[in-house]
Amino acid sequence: MELFSAEIWQSLGLTIELASLTTLVLLIVGTPLAWWLARSKSLWAKAVGTIIALPLVLPPTVLGLYLLFMLGPNGPGGFLASIWGWRTLAFTFAGLVVGSVLCAVPFVVQPIRNAFATMGNRPLEVAATLRASPLYAFFTVALPLARPGLLTAAVLGVAHTTGAFGLVLMIGGNVPGRTKVLPAFLFDYVQASRWREASSLGGGMVMFAFAAILTLTLIEKYSARRST
Amino acid sequence: MRTATPGQIEIAFKGQPGSSPLDAHFSVPAKGVTAIFGPTGCGKTAVARCIAGLEHLPTGFCAIDGEVWQDETTFRPPHLRPIGYVFQHASLFPHLSVKRNLLYGARKAEPTPNAFEEVIELMGIAPLLDRSPALLTGGEQQRIAIGRALLSQPRLLVMDEPLAALDRRAKSEILPFLERLHEKVALPMIYITHDMVEIERLANHLVIMERGTVTAAGPLHVLQTDPALPLAASREAAVSLDAVVGGYDGRYGLLILRVKGARVLVPAAPLPPGVHQRLRVAARDVSVAREPPRANSIVNVFPARIKASLPLGAGEITLVLALGGSGTEILARITRFSFDSLGLKDGMDVFAQVEGVMLVSASEPPLRTIVASTPAGDAGQPSPVP
Repeated sequence: MELFSAEIWQSLGLTIELASLTTLVLLIVGTPLAWWLARSKSLWAKAVGTIIALPLVLPPTVLGLYLLFMLGPNGPGGFLASIWGWRTLAFTFAGLVVGSVLCAVPFVVQPIRNAFATMGNRPLEVAATLRASPLYAFFTVALPLARPGLLTAAVLGVAHTTGAFGLVLMIGGNVPGRTKVLPAFLFDYVQASRWREASSLGGGMVMFAFAAILTLTLIEKYSARRST
Repeated sequence: MRTATPGQIEIAFKGQPGSSPLDAHFSVPAKGVTAIFGPTGCGKTAVARCIAGLEHLPTGFCAIDGEVWQDETTFRPPHLRPIGYVFQHASLFPHLSVKRNLLYGARKAEPTPNAFEEVIELMGIAPLLDRSPALLTGGEQQRIAIGRALLSQPRLLVMDEPLAALDRRAKSEILPFLERLHEKVALPMIYITHDMVEIERLANHLVIMERGTVTAAGPLHVLQTDPALPLAASREAAVSLDAVVGGYDGRYGLLILRVKGARVLVPAAPLPPGVHQRLRVAARDVSVAREPPRANSIVNVFPARIKASLPLGAGEITLVLALGGSGTEILARITRFSFDSLGLKDGMDVFAQVEGVMLVSASEPPLRTIVASTPAGDAGQPSPVP
């Protein structure tokens, strides 16, 4: 335990906090969005589906740039911040959450959307003929049937947010205890040529990624077995 | 605006629900089983979906026993229609146990323990209750789906080809359950099928569809013998007759059945008098004679009049015969050679010799509790078994 300073434990806590908060927000906002995307045939759904897929291909720094504009003193984020007396949302934890949410949207929405699309209309039609209102059917049939998709989404959301570096670099500002998450720490270690610490941290993150992907595989296996 | 008639199922749908247009209207009594029959793609499933409200055609009228579910100004969403719907694939909820599947539709109107027990018993699913649906056979799943629909206490049960996805064994396993259902539950049913065998066993009324339109609708027996319709002229032509057991001749092992005025004798196991029994008389099992046959091994011979004669291929003719006294119509298949050599023509009095009668279902007295759970004054009240 001598290896890591108190700072890094603080950073780990911050990373966990950011990842879980981001994933929670995404599950709450992303599930209805995924529902709409899976079931709507309108052009709007196609357009929105394309927009939320953009973070898959854009470098995080590009996103970070626009987020900086948006969250900065002259953007809507700055206006929002001024309500409780801040100058800007950039370089704050709140700003980091907003940024992480936008970055991880496709990773969370896509699995849920697939789960909704795969189950098709039939279970909901059955529920409707059994007197279930659309809302009741959503909670008692659609959500339970989409559970593997929701789990996959949660794991991907956490994993992606934990590993996001480009975005943190742009809008995080590397403020210890506020925005200095693990990948940023790793970068600092490397800058300072503290190779031992750097490789320990890197190894830890590799193990975390391995565990995340293993979990995904197990979810897939479990859901495949249940549907046969 | 069209008004709804109590005791009737009134349907009129016009539009394009899927890839092909639909223009279907008919009216049948809200009692017993109404089969909708037609080839694949004729729009019969679309009609069922429109009745359930799963499909919304802007031009449509749907009234069940005096209650309007859809007209120009109304459209009740499916979850507000007291309907039970059985899909071709059982579509049980995989995340719920069999028992919780059964009770899913019974939230609003909690079934009495009796009704639950009776549905379980009726569909023979007691040993399956705690299982997971994924581990059941197709036939078992479909029985649970039917039980689930019944437990939502519908006022109309719609079944969309409930047997079509099953193999032959599962089919013959389920048919007796459907017959019992039909006998024991006083619930109007709409039964979609492309299989005439199921109709002959189950249906009271028939709606024939072709390319999105209704070509005929009426009592099954009337449509089976209508010379203008393809049923009578088909190779598999038969009539379904509803008989009542009149007695049993123990010496010869003959069941005595009454069909309207006529008495029919069938070698069969004894049944208590008064029990209703569906009979199937195939055209190919009926022949005719001009003179009353004297020395004859055929038991069931009736005086009859030739109402119509329909050519079947080059060598055969199907006759529509009205039995003397009762006026019950049956079909007879004879060769054109016999037709000419006997000098037969329409309107002639002959003797119908029925060589084979098939008993297709036996009934039991209706279940009290399920009957009691349908609203009072419902047109689907059972006729008391004498």
